[in-house]
Amino acid sequence: MSDLEQFRQDTRSWLEANCPASMRTPVRGFEDFYVGGRNPEIDHPDQKVWCDRMAERGWTVPHWPKEYGGGGLDKDELKILRQEMAAIGARRPLDSFGISMLGPALLEFGNEEQKKEHLPPICRGEIRWCQGYSEPNAGSDLASLATRADDHGDHYIINGQKIWTSYADKADWIFCLVRTDNSGSKHEGISFVLFDMEQAGVTVKPIKLISGSSPFCETFFDDVRAEKKNLVGDEGNGWTIAKYLLTHEREMISGFGTAAGVSLGEKAAVEFGQDTAGRMANPILRQNIAQYQLDTQAFGATLARIADETKAGQGLGAASSIFKYYGTELNKRRNELNLSVFGESGLGWEGEAYDDGQISRDWLRSKGNSIEGGTSEVQLNVIAKRVLGLPDA
Amino acid sequence: MALVLNEEQVMLRDAAAGFLAESAGVAQLRALRDDASERGFSDEVWQQIAEMGWAGIAIPEAFGGLGYGYAGLGLVLEQVGRNLSPSPLQSTVLVAATAISELGTDAQKENLLPEIAAGTLLASLALQEGNHHAPENIAMTAQASDTGYTLNGSKTLVLDAGAAQQFVVIARTAGNPGDQQGLSAFLVPADAEGVTVERRSMVDSLNSGSVHFNQVAVDADALMGEAGAALSGLSRTLDIANIGLASELLGLSSAAFEKTVTYLTERKQFGRVIGSFQGLQHRAAELYAELELARSIVLQALQAIDADSDKLPVLASAAKAKLCEVAQRATNEGIQMHGGVGMTDEFDIGFYIKRARVAQHTFGDYNYHLDRYALLNGF
Repeated sequence: MSDLEQFRQDTRSWLEANCPASMRTPVRGFEDFYVGGRNPEIDHPDQKVWCDRMAERGWTVPHWPKEYGGGGLDKDELKILRQEMAAIGARRPLDSFGISMLGPALLEFGNEEQKKEHLPPICRGEIRWCQGYSEPNAGSDLASLATRADDHGDHYIINGQKIWTSYADKADWIFCLVRTDNSGSKHEGISFVLFDMEQAGVTVKPIKLISGSSPFCETFFDDVRAEKKNLVGDEGNGWTIAKYLLTHEREMISGFGTAAGVSLGEKAAVEFGQDTAGRMANPILRQNIAQYQLDTQAFGATLARIADETKAGQGLGAASSIFKYYGTELNKRRNELNLSVFGESGLGWEGEAYDDGQISRDWLRSKGNSIEGGTSEVQLNVIAKRVLGLPDA
Repeated sequence: MALVLNEEQVMLRDAAAGFLAESAGVAQLRALRDDASERGFSDEVWQQIAEMGWAGIAIPEAFGGLGYGYAGLGLVLEQVGRNLSPSPLQSTVLVAATAISELGTDAQKENLLPEIAAGTLLASLALQEGNHHAPENIAMTAQASDTGYTLNGSKTLVLDAGAAQQFVVIARTAGNPGDQQGLSAFLVPADAEGVTVERRSMVDSLNSGSVHFNQVAVDADALMGEAGAALSGLSRTLDIANIGLASELLGLSSAAFEKTVTYLTERKQFGRVIGSFQGLQHRAAELYAELELARSIVLQALQAIDADSDKLPVLASAAKAKLCEVAQRATNEGIQMHGGVGMTDEFDIGFYIKRARVAQHTFGDYNYHLDRYALLNGF
């Protein structure tokens, strides 16, 4: 038997023995994702059991190196693990910004001590991270950020305000862009630091959105301390790391548009009725849905094509710059069409009859997709300048 | 199958790009138009194309072809689109050879496909009647006779009508216009008695026309496959033809877009190049995104042909509808962003918009295929 076949058999029997039955049921909503942290939100006790068991093998982040708490799996093993998990419907044991954002940045830019200190708790789901990027006066123009970090020998003292900090009210630590130098251009003098949110001087206020939820916060720093050993990369070199991470974030957000399920067209055909040839009754809505579905299919093919080109060693092509822009615009279109298809039942806000306003709240939330992580307009600027080579104004 | 080109395909694409740009570009199309060429393409260029094997690129090796599959033919057609190269690649190689493969008997394939692969036989599908693509509405009749069939009717938009030596003719052996059953396919030589070819001059300056069949008698062995049962093979032929046209439109749209972006970096107004204006930058960036989607869906559709996928019909309509939309936008924006010079015959961009609309229309336009796409998706 080949090593890989052995690995598959071992993986299969371990998963069979260790994945709780409740963690083999489909994910219904955000409450089913386990994020971990010092005070984890637990919807079902098995979430923590499953996470701990997987973390022990390094399989919460199976592709990270073993010495940092990952599984050290190569591409083939990773594929087998995913296949075997999918075969029994096993949920991902842990989802967090630590895994999707800070981890990759530390692996790329962190020193050995930082990796050893921060990566294992991420793998074990012990520390929950948030991202301190945007400020009230630094949105699309992120590099004009003003939160100040003053040098105090072995540490910095930080003063300023962040906004749109996702889940800052639930996070234990923050990875934060701060200004360590004001003398050069706005892209210089930015540094990337990590610090504990559980200290005097940190104030967090959730922001209520039009959808009724509060995934974002205003975050205030009043003489907050960050150790110098937690400066990632060189002082003043934070913009490079920021851009690297933004790419990750944009890829993540662009995936929102590809949510599958029953096709909108089939749902609409039931809602509106069909003629004998099979055409749904309202031809205007039908055309809008068909256009949306066609673009979604072509976008899905593009994600697959770019992934295949990358695997084939052709590099992440210029085409990837469209992901964030196109994916979020598609998601907004889908949500608008949802309202048309569901009619009154899609406009509810509360109550069982309306599924607590799932459809309308998703629709409202989707408006933020083309704003967060770089607006569609900023993305178009990037394509025009970096891909098409068009000059600055 | 991975959505990437392999090494062999990259070489083929580069070879096609080099040859067609040099020998069959817009300048040659312009010259053929200005000379009111009867054939609409250069026989010399066609011989060179045949020598490189592209006439048999998708034809199996057993029939004298290269066996590169439709993915290979699609790459060549994309370059045809980029350069607006006039040649029988669409009429004969993409459409007629496919129709013979899909509908023909073994004997017909053995007779005709090697000749097409060698570049010595030009053939074309005679399908459309009236102004719109509507295969099930065919009215042309083929009446059974003592020795075979007698054909009566007229066809339009027959590609390379004036140059084709053989027509694949779709006619009714039973039923009425609107019926799915009763359609049959016949091989009819262009010089058969009662066949009249009427060269028509369309906006794309290519060589298409109408063909009239008046009491045309053919032998029983002119029938392709079974009488009255051509619809399924015809549908597959049209799916493949539309994916090929989508490949052509992909190349055409990309080239029109690149010419436009180049112009944006050259033309100055208000003291700076117009490409620095955000109003134009965002429109160009949006178009770039659409072209990337277009490329992906065409590649997926081409691979579906070679993989004999049951998703072929839906992917064919997806690719054609998407490319109709993108080609329309790329050529319209091309004219608008070129400003006044875009309206002149001297600039090439006009040739692109003209060919785009004819290719869009051929075998079903955006409206036809988006409707079909929705139907195939259950609504």
